[in-house]
Amino acid sequence: MSDASYLSLEKLTLAYGDTVAVADLDLDIRKGELIALLGPSGCGKTTTMRAIAGLLPVKSGRVRLDGADMTRVPANKRAVGLVFQSYALFPHLSVYENVAFGLKLKGMRGAELDAKVQAGLKSVGLSSFANRKPAELSGGQQQRVALARSMVMEPKVLLLDEPLSNLDARLRLEMRTELQRVQKETGVTMIFVTHDQAEALALADRIVVMKGGAIEQIGTPEDIYNRPVSSFVADFVGFENIFPLEGGQLRTSGGLIELSGEAPSAAGLAWRPRMVTLGTGPFRGTVRGTSFAGDSREYLLDTSFGAIKAEVEAGLPAHALGADLLFDLPAEKAALLSKFS
Amino acid sequence: MNARSLFIPATLFLVIAFLIGPFLIIVAASFSAGETLAFPPQGFSLRWIAKVFTVESFQASFAMSLFLAIGGTAAALVLGIPASYALSRYKLPGAEIVRTVVSAPIIVPGIIVGLALLRYIVVPFQVGITLALFVAHTALVLPYAVRVVSASLDNLRSDIEEAAVLLGSSRLGAFFRVVMPNIRGGIMSAFILGFVTSFNQVPVSLFLSGPGVRTLPVDMIAYMEIVFDPSVAALSSLLAFLSIGIVFAAERFLGFSRYV
Repeated sequence: MSDASYLSLEKLTLAYGDTVAVADLDLDIRKGELIALLGPSGCGKTTTMRAIAGLLPVKSGRVRLDGADMTRVPANKRAVGLVFQSYALFPHLSVYENVAFGLKLKGMRGAELDAKVQAGLKSVGLSSFANRKPAELSGGQQQRVALARSMVMEPKVLLLDEPLSNLDARLRLEMRTELQRVQKETGVTMIFVTHDQAEALALADRIVVMKGGAIEQIGTPEDIYNRPVSSFVADFVGFENIFPLEGGQLRTSGGLIELSGEAPSAAGLAWRPRMVTLGTGPFRGTVRGTSFAGDSREYLLDTSFGAIKAEVEAGLPAHALGADLLFDLPAEKAALLSKFS
Repeated sequence: MNARSLFIPATLFLVIAFLIGPFLIIVAASFSAGETLAFPPQGFSLRWIAKVFTVESFQASFAMSLFLAIGGTAAALVLGIPASYALSRYKLPGAEIVRTVVSAPIIVPGIIVGLALLRYIVVPFQVGITLALFVAHTALVLPYAVRVVSASLDNLRSDIEEAAVLLGSSRLGAFFRVVMPNIRGGIMSAFILGFVTSFNQVPVSLFLSGPGVRTLPVDMIAYMEIVFDPSVAALSSLLAFLSIGIVFAAERFLGFSRYV
């Protein structure tokens, strides 16, 4: 086993009945990595996670973990933890008993059990809630119980399903920090599923962007954010102005348009609103909409390209609706897309 | 007060009177000092209530009814809990048909069920009376068991079973460790509902009872055909208070009405 493939998915194909949800997926994850599976609903990210956990049978391909073939190993023998989106705490058991559940099944008893459970509760700051029932806790507290319940088992891989989506903004930041801390302290390999690009960018070491049951791009948050490889990823991480390239020209709703600079070789180009030059340039547009976003102002322009979204610093003088503006889509700033769909 | 504003309270009073009235008459008749079942009661005495406990056939038939109510309901739960689980957790082909078939004994009149069992099962296959009664009561209680247990299973998220499995439990173990404890209230409610249904059941038992083996309600009918004294009223009152006590206790401790 090489260090680069602590957990590897090899040609993994997953299906619900005859409907293939994930096809021929290859993925290698290093020990101790924090991976985000990112994509819209229906992209196969949750399906992939369930297959890693062993909750979904594998149609073909393999799941290898820590040097062993896990493909046919049942879920209760995999040493993989999962924090469910709904937390899935046992409602009839106290917080303490929830955390002790798996340890007891391992045959742990007495002082050893108690020490482990107490340590688990302490690590998520819930020692004083040991005797409560899950229904008496807030959502954030329930999630921390679920985290402790999985972590006391010392799993080889910890899976988290949309770990931040049910929390309000303040708790979200808290939980984010919490997850990073747990990961740092224990060195556990973590994979979390999310549809929220901001969450993935903030938390992950590497992001796996999925679409239609296949991997679209794997990379660091910087890679994904700055260098999306496809129009799909570009759109997903906030590029608004995305065009295919044809013979050095942009294919737009207004026909083929020559760029101001020299066109790079790519299947397509993408610009964030912030990358659009406003006020100077070879192209003209009319302001159709404007919105103020605190430290920036967004404009929607009607142009020969179709609609263009541009963003400038809020300190600059504002343009009125209907104003004619010069602008440019600078070729050197554009993200180069090798795949256009 | 005009006639219109009196209409609703009057209707309400009549409805309550018709619901409670017969019961009150029976209770009053049980304390009669007279020799025949009559209302208003003649005098006051506890002799008929005392007599209930001395009639031998009542003791035997009470024991039989108790056996059928407890045993039949337990058997219905043993069959009904796995059935409910399968119906609620898996997308089975024909699940709706199964649900309907399981509910059939509620819809089909008891006389038909009794006659059918007697004519086509008990007589041709020479099934013993006790066994026939046991099977019939199990079948009659099964719809209630499935309905009540299904209701509490539908309220329970299925991902707690997966959570248990990932913490090292087997699938079957997960059922007993995290599903059963969480539907305990539903199971207890199903048991009580099944018990009362079985205990009060007349038409099916009427067909299947035989020499020396009777359920209590059937025995009471037989008794009244021969002796028309207030002891049947006394027994009815005792049974009614027993049922009311059980249902009240269930509501108090289990929140019975949530499941029924």
